[in-house]
Amino acid sequence: MYRYDEFDERFVRERVEQFSDQVARRLDGSLTEDEFKPLRLKNGVYLQLHAYMLRIAIPYGTLSSRQLRQLALIGERYDRGYGHFTTRTNLQFNWPKLRDVPEILGLLADVEMHCIQTSGNCIRNVTADHFAGIARDEIEDPRPTAELIRQWSSQHPEFSYLPRKFKIAVTGAEQDRAVIKAHDIGLRIRRHPDTHETCYEVSVGGGLGRTPMIGKVVRDYLPKADLLAYLEAIMRVYNLEGRRDNKYKARVKILVHETGLEEFTRRVEAEFAELDGPSINADPAEVSRIAAYFAPPTYRALPERSTALETARAGNPDFDRWVEVNTTAHKQPGYAAITISLKPVGEAPGDATSEQMRLVADLAEEFSFSEIRVTHAQNLVLPHVKLSDLFAIWRRLGEAGLSSANIGLITDIIACPGLDYCALATARSIPIAQAIARRFAEDTRQKEIGELNIKISGCINACGHHHVGHIGILGLEKRGIESYQITLGGDATQDAAIGEILVPGLAAEEVPDAIERIVAVYLEQRQAGESFIENVRRLGLAPFKAAFLELDRAA
Amino acid sequence: MAAVAKRPALPAILLANDLLDGDVVFASAAGETLAWTRDPALALVADDDTGAERLEAFAVSEFAAQRVVDAYLVDVETSTGRPVPRHYRERMKTLGPSNRRDLGKQAGEGIAPSGQRA
Ligand code: HEM
Ligand code: SF4
Repeated sequence: MYRYDEFDERFVRERVEQFSDQVARRLDGSLTEDEFKPLRLKNGVYLQLHAYMLRIAIPYGTLSSRQLRQLALIGERYDRGYGHFTTRTNLQFNWPKLRDVPEILGLLADVEMHCIQTSGNCIRNVTADHFAGIARDEIEDPRPTAELIRQWSSQHPEFSYLPRKFKIAVTGAEQDRAVIKAHDIGLRIRRHPDTHETCYEVSVGGGLGRTPMIGKVVRDYLPKADLLAYLEAIMRVYNLEGRRDNKYKARVKILVHETGLEEFTRRVEAEFAELDGPSINADPAEVSRIAAYFAPPTYRALPERSTALETARAGNPDFDRWVEVNTTAHKQPGYAAITISLKPVGEAPGDATSEQMRLVADLAEEFSFSEIRVTHAQNLVLPHVKLSDLFAIWRRLGEAGLSSANIGLITDIIACPGLDYCALATARSIPIAQAIARRFAEDTRQKEIGELNIKISGCINACGHHHVGHIGILGLEKRGIESYQITLGGDATQDAAIGEILVPGLAAEEVPDAIERIVAVYLEQRQAGESFIENVRRLGLAPFKAAFLELDRAA
Repeated sequence: MAAVAKRPALPAILLANDLLDGDVVFASAAGETLAWTRDPALALVADDDTGAERLEAFAVSEFAAQRVVDAYLVDVETSTGRPVPRHYRERMKTLGPSNRRDLGKQAGEGIAPSGQRA
């Protein structure tokens, strides 16, 4: 894992000191709220409905046991004993007191953590494939790239006051698990077909929110060494031409859309040609220094299969099911990656208690080289586990209520905090997720339905990724009550797509029935082996719409 | 940020977040003056323009005095004898997260058991 050098350490400590001073000045009245607000936001402190909220950066979703334990401690000492893992792989605490934030930041700095780049119009915390370094379909670990971008962007004076927030995601695999097409910049590491060199495919202008858009490719094969100069060229075009007059039109997606892909690409390429690449691009020695931190751990040489595992599976159907659903094949023979579901039926998606965090930290220490990943789907991953240890881990997870076998299934719902916490929300998200999960809780049913992503946002900002959910649910306000719009056909993978509106407005209690109705159409019409999203792609919205019309007529 | 947003329909109460703690607080009567309470049941209800102006003035001065943030008036319904915001968003602020009944005002946080001012 990446370790701070002295420079990083000093930078973070200085920020803690600065912020402690700013809080003190706010409290003694020398800073007004208008002056203080941008400063607190720069340090991840938001004001929500019931309290402040602190958003802690988890760069590219990678955590150590020590860090996760510290988060557990902070949750217990300064919050209400739990935290919320977000779609941006960060952690949010919902109840910190402003007076405690300087101390919390100090505790974070002790474990090389901070809240920098979690808010404001800067380049935000860079996210990556949660199976980085593990996945069999991976060409190269995306995290050295993410870390390089983090270092370049967090110190870059030109990019701390952009027209709007800017989000970058990186994947090194065939299958996109990082939703790169819904990011301002999405990078995919791939091989050049002729030279076989690793390059980046660069997409620009993806984003959700009010105007959802899928990113468009501006460069098919960017030589790896040119990365920073090319990103700088994109940022310059954006910084210069991106709109600052209207915050709803300020994201780069609008610029790409209004300029047109061809012209936007031309401007980026022209800027890139002007830039002095060698002075901007990272020094190869620095690149290898960073990459070395992400070298694979020292695996044991193990056989591809584990008889201990096979015996345990044969003797325990629940365990067998969990292995089938929650584990992923590892590059290294004899190992697997475990996804720990933070979606036990009836709980708030992405919430974890301090005890649960500690357990996961312990398990990671004992069984997974002290490493944990956070996924954009609000789950946790133990990345390198021996097959023969799976049974022991499953048992211990079960004791903490963390052994739900539902990864990728209908109850593995993404939901933003919504109106239960968020000051911007127009409706609640969490209770909707809970009601759907309860409705579909039964394992055999979930299994029969197969892969199905439901994503819920409590307002048009789309923090819950509803646009790219196979089924998306958006909470709105209609005539003074909470109302839910359902979209169908969204996709967060390499086949990224924005869902289309199926039903404009349902009452909260009607949502589980609506999901049921959609699922029924799929089960009735699917061909052998056809997944939900494939089915929607083949049939279009018509049969699903028809099912709702029938409902109206029957009513 | 303006200290007070547009005035809603009356009757109304004034709520805000405590600057230091972030907790939701309500303006309540304290003799001749106003003071903050964490208990929504004790919020002072303004029925007329004079009352609303008094709350607005309090919002402005308390914001300026660095005691609260995000202070604004909320229209309420009083048929149960205690003020209940008409809008569900503001009702959430008087309760806490609906998925965690053990937290927030609905769980009595910051509210004196006797119903006295906290
Ligand atoms: C105080 C809480 C939050 C506030 C004030 C907030 C604010 C916003 C706003 C204003 C946008 C729209 C940006 C735009 O269209 O330009 C947005 C988008 C987004 N937020 Fe949040 N958010 C909050 C919590 C969260 C949480 C909890 C998550 C993760 C669960 C999250 C993840 C995202 C994502 C993924 C997007 C959409 C992607 C995009 O930027 O296009 N946010 N947020
Ligand atoms: S989508 Fe809306 S309600 Fe949900 S967290 Fe984002 S801003 Fe809040």
